[in-house]
Amino acid sequence: MSGYIARDRAWHPPALTPGYKTSVARSPTRALLSFATTMSEETGPMFGHDMLGPQDGDLIHNYAAAGQSAIGPRIVVHGRVLDEAGRGVPGAMVEVWQANAGGRYRHKKEGYIAPLAPNFGGCGRVITGEDGGYEFRTIQPGPYPWPNGPNDWRPAHIHFSVFGHAFAQRLITQMYFEGDPLIPLCPIVRTIPSDAAIDRLTAALDMNATIPMDARAYKFDIVLRGARQTLFENRMEGV
Amino acid sequence: MAQALTYLKESASQTAGPYVHIGCTPNFSGIEGIYPNDLGQALINDATLGDRIAIKGTVFDGTGTPLKDALIEIWHADAQGLYPSAKETRGTPDPNFVGWGRSPGDMATGEFTFETVKPGRVPHRDGGLMAPHVTFWIVARGINIGLHTRMYFADEPDANAEDPILTRIEHQNRVPTLLATPEGKGVYRFDIHLQGDSETIFFDI
Repeated sequence: MSGYIARDRAWHPPALTPGYKTSVARSPTRALLSFATTMSEETGPMFGHDMLGPQDGDLIHNYAAAGQSAIGPRIVVHGRVLDEAGRGVPGAMVEVWQANAGGRYRHKKEGYIAPLAPNFGGCGRVITGEDGGYEFRTIQPGPYPWPNGPNDWRPAHIHFSVFGHAFAQRLITQMYFEGDPLIPLCPIVRTIPSDAAIDRLTAALDMNATIPMDARAYKFDIVLRGARQTLFENRMEGV
Repeated sequence: MAQALTYLKESASQTAGPYVHIGCTPNFSGIEGIYPNDLGQALINDATLGDRIAIKGTVFDGTGTPLKDALIEIWHADAQGLYPSAKETRGTPDPNFVGWGRSPGDMATGEFTFETVKPGRVPHRDGGLMAPHVTFWIVARGINIGLHTRMYFADEPDANAEDPILTRIEHQNRVPTLLATPEGKGVYRFDIHLQGDSETIFFDI
């Protein structure tokens, strides 16, 4: 282990993005302290597949009454968690949360007039397999208005929280859907400096992975920071 | 033309938004029955070795208002200074120690509390020992990319004085923003300020 590749801070959103108003009072103003990662950042909690319940990755059913299912367009979201070298990250915990098909979250502070869906909770989790692959089933969330500018709308999106193998890799992001015209209008999306980085957060419709007569599929790969590895290290990772 | 480098770019961060508790602590947010309990609630059990401590704190925005929609995660070594990780090669970490905790904060006040044990010292990559510390990661609505920092212990002045991270900080008058202050027996307060005169030192690690 020789540390993690430095984050490209120009690729990520900066802390202060006035178009997203809440960032104004919540953005640190001073320079971040940079140093090479230590054991404290190169380790992190590990999660075993045995901790998952059978429906943790099935949002269509994991909050539904027996014999029922959530209302909305049924989709499969699948992909791989990779590091910057393109290696799959096995054993990564992926937690997701989202609004229902009408754009409403199941949360006491949520005030949107769209109704709650009785059989939809809005959260799920999966752990990646040996090749970093993951898959979950859900309903496609709806777009919704939010209090920022006088008429701002979020594109349909799913929130992702990902644990790799190190605390330095910890990442929360959002997945958008290919073709959604709200993507370029959204002040939160626009905190990201480049269109290329936004494209990487936009899942593609994957007809090959659809389940005929059941659910469409979207493919969404997630890239975590990579560890530097060189043969000139005293000790290779895993050796 | 040179050969192409084929590295992928890290997925860009996006804010955790106002409803991060739905995804990360659903039982806390009232969504019960999907998971038996929320992850990261317990770092220790009765058999964990080490001195019991509680870490309490609040995250404040630039106006001094406490955040009530934040998610705070911590990660630290066991009492011997070993991490409960497959990458730990220096010894056998305490099997009764989880090392990772997650808190949505108190519903009414936003204050977080972690019950854990005091971490031991962990070596720096230069071979010297770092002072006992706890790694923090903070996300919330309005925070575009998760904030990393560390909590050190104000009652460890000797260890702190030789810590390779603390000693490299140019503005030493800001070091106290990383120090948790003892507040009664085994209780430490570590408030986090996103902005202002007492803005916490955040890390690019």
